[in-house]
Amino acid sequence: MREFFRILVMSTTVSVLALGVGVTSAYAADGAKKADAAKADAKPAEEKKEVTGKDLAFDRALGNCLACHMIAGGELPGNIGPPLIAMAARFPDKAKLKAQIYDARVANPNTIMIPFGPMGILNDEQLDKVVDFISTL
Amino acid sequence: MKQVFTAAAVALVLSISALGTVQAGPAEDLTAYQDYFKTTFKDVPFEDFKDGAYALDAGLKEQWQSMEEFPPYEPDIDAGKTMWETPFKDGKTYADCMGDIKAIRTKYPFYDAEKDTIVTAEGALDACKKAGDGEGFVDKDGKPFLNKGKIAQLMAYIAMENRGSKIAVSTPEGKAVDWYEKGKTFYYAKRGQLNMSCADCHTSNAGKMIRADLLSPSLGHVTHWPTYRSADGEITTLHNRFMGCNTMVRANKFKPQSDEYKALEYFLTYTSNGLEWNGPGSRK
Ligand code: HEC
Ligand code: HEC
Repeated sequence: MREFFRILVMSTTVSVLALGVGVTSAYAADGAKKADAAKADAKPAEEKKEVTGKDLAFDRALGNCLACHMIAGGELPGNIGPPLIAMAARFPDKAKLKAQIYDARVANPNTIMIPFGPMGILNDEQLDKVVDFISTL
Repeated sequence: MKQVFTAAAVALVLSISALGTVQAGPAEDLTAYQDYFKTTFKDVPFEDFKDGAYALDAGLKEQWQSMEEFPPYEPDIDAGKTMWETPFKDGKTYADCMGDIKAIRTKYPFYDAEKDTIVTAEGALDACKKAGDGEGFVDKDGKPFLNKGKIAQLMAYIAMENRGSKIAVSTPEGKAVDWYEKGKTFYYAKRGQLNMSCADCHTSNAGKMIRADLLSPSLGHVTHWPTYRSADGEITTLHNRFMGCNTMVRANKFKPQSDEYKALEYFLTYTSNGLEWNGPGSRK
């Protein structure tokens, strides 16, 4: 019963988080976070521009794919997952690629890869953008 | 690939035992758990697992050892020594309830059958202070403050006095097994918005890089506390690290000295049996 209650609490927290625009916590890597923050500080105020698939994939609070995958153009990548290279050749079907990113548990129930869709971390539009970006690699 | 497979196999063995279909108990778990790390990291001598991620990377280890030449936790040890020697309001000292300081580290955590709970060193110190001072370790608002600050400093002194002794938690039996199982379940359960278990990072992917961090094996996780982390700029307890890792995956964190974390500490300490206690520690 207590366990069930905890799950309830947890899923509520999750949905609250998913709604939050400025999701804070950066899960991966204590160290690299600071380097990024320093960089962000140094950046002059920019015009607000459209968020690209690459932005979503690299952003620590959103995709943070770099925590686990080597991606061309990304600094300090992790190596928990396979390098994301030759993706168009490996995933000619974009729907399959999207399915993998939406919920990696379908292919591997015990995966460490985050179920971005069901957990409400990336919405459908964001997922499509990420898929388009990953397909160019 | 092979590594992933063995990790899955270990997790499977452990979960089968959790279901009770196989008569595997804590002793069998311990062997499987330590063998997994010994096989995955063939070149790492068993006794080196006390050094966390630094045991896996010679370059990082060298940097760390030069940091240890001027230990950042030295002022904390001094502050802890003063606390140890200063009598409580009732005139007694920590030695009156804790006994010989040199024997403290190996005694905890243990299962207290009478109270049906796990007693940790920090928990015992807090109870001792409560008895002598009328108040345990609290913040300025009078709320329990058990993940850093004074209790961590006191532990730094005690850990230093106990360096070189070995982890020797007796095999859980009877109702202690329930606590052990609770800790084990916590370790292997997926949690948080990011849906990750402790084992995802510290068993299956130990030795891999998560962004810029080398993931440490959980074998040896408990040896070196309290720890001064440069990133924090202060000395903190093991339970503080549990809180941090829970937050990282956007899961609920529990209170320091909560039943959840005491059970987790019990599981992680038992499975690290045979390693040396080498606290206080320092980490980048
Ligand atoms: C916490 C680790 C982690 C994160 C974060 C992560 N992945 Fe993964 N990913 C993995 C792992 C591990 C695999 C290997 C398959 C498995 O175990 O599920 C994988 C597999 C993949 C695959 C299949 C690759 C192949 O060759 O089969 C794709 C595509 C992928 N990830 C894309 C992404 C994208 C895009 C993101 C960010 C939006 C991301 N991943 C974030 C760990 C991660
Ligand atoms: C998303 C990945 C991730 C998860 C999940 C995770 N940790 Fe960690 N943990 C880290 C990183 C990164 C560090 C810092 C580098 C290191 O020492 O491994 C760390 C460090 C630690 C340390 C300190 C190691 C040392 O040598 O000082 C302990 C103890 C620890 N984690 C325990 C846990 C426990 C227990 C859980 C589950 C409740 C957990 N972690 C879940 C990523 C994770």
